[in-house]
Parts: sequence; structure tokens; C-alpha cells
Amino acid sequence: MNKKTGWTVMTAGTLALCGLLVLAGCNKKENTEQSNNSMAEQQAQPAPAATPIDPATVATVSGTVKFDGTAPKPSKIDMSQDPACKGGNEAENIVVDGGDLANVFVYVKDGLGSRTFDVPKDAVTLDQQGCKYHPHVLGVMAGQTVDIKNDDQTTHNIHPTPKDNREWNESQPPSSPAIEKNFAREEIMLPVKCNQHPWMKMYINVVKNPFYAVTDKSGKYEIKGLPPGEYTIAFVQEKLGEQDQKVSVAAKESKTVDASFKPAAD
Amino acid sequence: MYSRRGRRTNCRLPPSVRSEPNSGGPADEATHSRDPRGAILKAIATTYHRGHHRFAVVLACWTFLLIIAGALVTSNDAGLSVPDWPTSFGSLYKIPRLVGGVEFEHTHRMIAQGAGLLTIILTVWTWRVEKRRWLRVLALAALGTVIAQGILGGITVLYYLPPAVSSAHAALAQTFFCIAVAIALFTGRKWVEEQPRVEFDSRKPSLFTLTLLSIFVLYVQLILGAMFRHHGMSWWPHVVHAVIVAFVLAWTAVRAITAYPHIEAVRRPAILMLSLLITQLCLGFTAFLTRVAWGKDAAQPELPMVVSTVAHVAVGALLLATTVILAIEVWRHVPVAFEERVPQTQRNATAA
Repeated sequence: MNKKTGWTVMTAGTLALCGLLVLAGCNKKENTEQSNNSMAEQQAQPAPAATPIDPATVATVSGTVKFDGTAPKPSKIDMSQDPACKGGNEAENIVVDGGDLANVFVYVKDGLGSRTFDVPKDAVTLDQQGCKYHPHVLGVMAGQTVDIKNDDQTTHNIHPTPKDNREWNESQPPSSPAIEKNFAREEIMLPVKCNQHPWMKMYINVVKNPFYAVTDKSGKYEIKGLPPGEYTIAFVQEKLGEQDQKVSVAAKESKTVDASFKPAAD
Repeated sequence: MYSRRGRRTNCRLPPSVRSEPNSGGPADEATHSRDPRGAILKAIATTYHRGHHRFAVVLACWTFLLIIAGALVTSNDAGLSVPDWPTSFGSLYKIPRLVGGVEFEHTHRMIAQGAGLLTIILTVWTWRVEKRRWLRVLALAALGTVIAQGILGGITVLYYLPPAVSSAHAALAQTFFCIAVAIALFTGRKWVEEQPRVEFDSRKPSLFTLTLLSIFVLYVQLILGAMFRHHGMSWWPHVVHAVIVAFVLAWTAVRAITAYPHIEAVRRPAILMLSLLITQLCLGFTAFLTRVAWGKDAAQPELPMVVSTVAHVAVGALLLATTVILAIEVWRHVPVAFEERVPQTQRNATAA
């Protein structure tokens, strides 16, 4: 290889690099445009009419979720990486208070047949405050808008890592407007994290029906408005897994369905 | 009649004739022999360029720093803290607030840009001062590798860290490090000016074969480790293969140290390789404890986890580079001897 050939190869290499950079930039733009288009198409399609439910016959399922055993000590969080983060320093992966288990997602997994439901027009809010997500576990219907807010004086990035929905990763500086997103497909315990603050984790549960709830600090939940029928109620906890229970409700009936989780086997 | 494998000559030359001062590498050594028709090939006089060599050393050190910075990104789970590429938060030149994961990711990007710039300078410098064609090609290969590495880094960000791409990025980083170290070796005063002491190796497998095998098993281990780190594979293939790596590298090092203790250029990297192997096994065990056994339920990457895994990556890179150096030195000082099938009539007409 003589000097001239060498220079030619180097020039060609540099041009190829520039070309690839431009291509990568264009690709990203195209991808964004494509995803925007597909989202627009999704929104433009008329939703199938919801199956009517007689409000005079609806039932309620409620209960308490317990933790059976000695509650694990919460993992400590170290927020010293970012001086703007001044939140609580305990992880929320298993929150137990007096045997009551919080942050369990409870939903009607089966029994609704081919019924369809209107997607609520109201958005649900996911807030970033004290470098933590509020709430830690969120339920939302497929297609429903999630407003993601940043109340911290630092930049976060919101990065859902779904199995069945589209993955995205967007940064959100302080005082910026809320990011509006929705998830098209049903997916339980869809992890969301912030890559800037590695302790920030939460879960979004995307379901096709409005019959879901998340247990509060006292382990309680309530699902209202169920049409009479036989259902499978699923209780899902991010670390302890899923439990299913069958329940049959008559018109106007209020039923109690409790659940209990044991410590996960190592 | 013995000769270096792959030489086109059929006449035997004594090592002193084959390796005169200023013989800078394979091309130069070939120039001192006769071809079958008896014509003397043109010799290339190579001179030592101190500035060029020092710059190559700086690039190798900078690359090692870059590998540590990259390992910090992965160990701190900060790979996507800057969500865009080639820009950072929309800018090509603005330095964002270096907090949280951004501190690791953006610092890695800045060091990588420095490595790219240093490589461009070294390539141009090599083409200007270096007469050895193969070394100029190697410098060009370094430039191609650093470009490919930058693009892989970008792809892994834009596609949310696919394990295969992230692992390729990790493996190519250490490949580039080995190329940078090799350039630093080839441009060194010792390589350019010394008269190498040569001894033929007639054992089977040859030491050179063992060094190549060592590089191969280390590279496989590097890919397995990277796949585990980037969530593309379980931990056990990496741990099981560590046994094979330990066996092959220990065999190679012990052979080099015991068979050629008087050849410093072979003995020293062999001892270093053995020391790094022992260190690496200890670090691997520590990384396994902190990350797999104790750290699986951690709310975030903890300091012992980060320190042990980053040290494991860094020492792994040093071990691979040392093995490459050993292979090069063995190739130079301990060539493989083999009997050539030369017709009986020509056997007596030896140059020596």
C-alpha cells in the first residue's frame, strides 16, 4: 500500500464515518416520526363501543393483602450521587406495615369474556418527587394517557422496559411540562426506571378493563362496578410474584377476597 | 533443516544474520533472506522515533482509562442516562450537569472522543514517519476499529442496550486496546533497535500455538463475561470457562518461563501474565460474591459491586493485552522449527 492509497483509504474512512453519523441521525428522526405516525393511527381508529353494564346490578370486591412471615428489612438507598435528591432512603420493593402489604396490584384477570370498556379520558399522573416515583405501582387502561411530571430540581429520564409495548427513553429537565404517554397493549408489572438515578424504579400495569386497584399502606384494595359473574382475581407483587383467586359475585353483592404472600424463597 | 514457518526461503540462515539491528518486524526480517532464485530482497531501514513511540504509549494508556470509564458506566447501570447519540441532551459540545448516571456516561463519551482524536493523530503520524508498511496498515486498522467502536456505542444507546451490541462494544474496546498496545510495542526502541535472541521451538504444541490458544480462550471469556454483564446470558458459562482459561494460560506461562528463562522478552510478559491471571481469578470470585450472591436484591449498584466488577474488567483487559504481547514476543524470539521438505540435491547448498 503506497502513501497515496493510504490517504485515499483514510479519506474514504472519514467520509464513511460522517455518512454513518448522518444516517444514524436520520434513522432516529425517521423512527420517531414512524412511532408518532403509528400512535396517531392508533388514536385515529375508532374504539369499539363499550359493552353496557347495568349500574343497578354492579358488585364490589374488596379485601386486604397480608405478608405472612417476618418482613424483610427494606434495602437502603444512597442518593448522594445527586445533591438535588432529598427523598426517603428506603427502597419500596416490599413495603410491609404491621403485616399489611402495600403496592400489590389487584385486577380482574379473567371472567369478563368479550366485554369491551371505554378508555377513561382522564389521565393518570406519575410524579417524580424526591428522586422517587409516586406512586410506586400504577394501574392504567391500555390507551389511557399517563402524565409524567418532574417536581425535582434535577433532570430525570423515564425509561420503561416493556416486553409487549414500545420501549422509549426520554429525559425530563426540572420545571418542564408533563410528558404524555400511553401504552397500547396489556402488560402487567411493566418496569420503569431512571438511568440517571439507578435506585428509581416503579411498575406500570396496563390492563384492558377498569377493574383494578393497588393496595394502600394498610394492604387494602377495592374494585367497584363489577357486573355479576365469576372472575379470576390476580394479586401481583413485584418481588413475590402472582396469586390468583376465583370469586363469584351476584348483583349488588359486596365480597371480601383477602390474599397473603409468603417471603420469596432464595 | 529447520526454518521459520511460512518463510519462502529454503536456505537456513543463522539467527544473527536473520535478525540484524534495525530489523523492525516480519517484513524487515524477510528482507535479509534470499529468495529461491537467489536474489537478495531489498532491506528497509527502520529508525526509532521517540515522539511517535511515546504518543503510541499515551494512546494505549488513554485506551485503558477509557475501558475503566466504560466499565463504570455498565457497573453503575448508567448506559442510557444520556438518551441521545451522537449528541448529549441535544448538544454536541455542551457539557451537561455531571450528576447521577450522567457523570459516568458523559465522562465515558468525552474520554472516547479523546481516544478517537489521539488515534487519528497517531495514524497520520505513523503514515508520515513509519517505513514499515505492515505497521502503517496496523495504524489504519486502529483507526477503523475506533470508528467502528464509536458507531457500536451509538447503536447500543439508540436501541436501548441490546445485549449483542453492548457485548460487541465491550469486546471491540479490548481489541482496540490490544492494537494500541501492539503499536506501542512495535514502535519502541527495543523492538526497532535490539538484536533479538532467537531460539527455535521444536516442542509440540509449540509455545506460539499455546499463546494463540491463550488469546482465543481469553477472547471467548471476554465475550461470555460481556454477555453476562449486559444481561444476554447467565453467569455460569463465564464461570465454567474460567477454569479452561486458567488451565490454558497457566500452561502457556509455565512453558514460557521454564523453557525460555534466559529470553527476557518472553519471560517478563509470561510472569506478568501469570500474576494477572491469579489476580483476575481472585477479582472474578469477589465480583461473583458482590454482584451475583449478595447484590441481586440491591436497590442500586453498591460500591463493592462497582469496584470489584470494574477492577475485574480492567485486569481482564491488561491480561488480554499481556497475552498478545507474549504471543508477539514468542513469534519473534521463539519461532517454530519444522523440517522442510527440500530435495536431497538442494540440501547441501545451505547459505550457512
